[in-house]
Amino acid sequence: MLELITSKLEDAANWGRKFSLFSYPFVTACCGMEFMSVAAPKYDIARFGAEFPRFSPRQSDLLMIVGTITEKQGPALRRVYDQMAEPKWVLAFGVCASTGGFYQNYHAMPGADQVVPVDVYVPGCPPRPEQVLDALILLQDRVQRRDGHSQLRLKREKITLAAARAAEE
Amino acid sequence: MAQKVVDAVKAKFGDAIVATSSQHGDEVIIVKRDKLVAVATFLKDDPAMAFDVPVFVTAIDLLTWQPIGRRGEPEPGTRPAYDPGDNNDGLRFEVCYQLRSLAHRHRIRVKVQLKETDVKVPSLAALWPAFDWQERETFDMYGIRFDGHPDLRRIYLYDEFVGYPLRKDYPKDKRQPLVRRPDLVGDH
Repeated sequence: MLELITSKLEDAANWGRKFSLFSYPFVTACCGMEFMSVAAPKYDIARFGAEFPRFSPRQSDLLMIVGTITEKQGPALRRVYDQMAEPKWVLAFGVCASTGGFYQNYHAMPGADQVVPVDVYVPGCPPRPEQVLDALILLQDRVQRRDGHSQLRLKREKITLAAARAAEE
Repeated sequence: MAQKVVDAVKAKFGDAIVATSSQHGDEVIIVKRDKLVAVATFLKDDPAMAFDVPVFVTAIDLLTWQPIGRRGEPEPGTRPAYDPGDNNDGLRFEVCYQLRSLAHRHRIRVKVQLKETDVKVPSLAALWPAFDWQERETFDMYGIRFDGHPDLRRIYLYDEFVGYPLRKDYPKDKRQPLVRRPDLVGDH
């Protein structure tokens, strides 16, 4: 019975979360132009409740990695991700953030997922705004289904903790 | 366009010049390394030269250089088109200084040739302060040591980086990661 209530509560919380994703735009390259286009009235990411870019990782729950990530930026990106409060989601915006894109050389990271776990990858160089909105809808589904990276990790941690407690008793 | 600059440098520093070339209005002077500062000072201070705009510093790695249109392994002795003669054994790098004069509206490129075993060149950052960061970039990418530079350290890459990525013998897809996800290494 208690489990039923908590799972329904979690569903309600996730319903709230998925329609109020506050994004932290980690904008490093030309994809930033397309991000602005997504955020601007014509494509209007506000329709999906994600219109509020917080320029502090501590106040945001969606990390949008917009553009090429270099090896030198890796520690900064990791630090931004670590500063975000749980639960949190990551969207790789554009092919450079997803796989490194056309860079295969000494300075570019082969995808931001080398440093932080990525929930949704948006291909394209740059992606069309419609693709980004589609990715956001996909991410909202994942939020509701509780299988975002950080949700799964929290669940795993809860299970391990419960198992440890049971072993102590 | 800047032929008079080449002629003036030739007249004043005849023995310091290794070679000159002129193509499509691009005049190049290759000077000996120990005369670079003297030539540069002349180019900056002489009122007829007055090179007041330092455009860029860079280097060229001639390791795999060969004439346009030729394929395959470079033949020995074919490296620079303006072969300076017997002195080019072990010659690998060229450091280029591009200069421009707003007053006289002429420009010149000064080059120094370096051997692979001795990649040192006097710094011109004291003459043109804008060359400070440019020389750091050249050091960062090619490993050229600029003697007398006030602060010669990497400018784009991190200190942990080993090697010089724009050298022709740096593997073109070799990465040197600073950080990776902890859950991706090991028994993932």
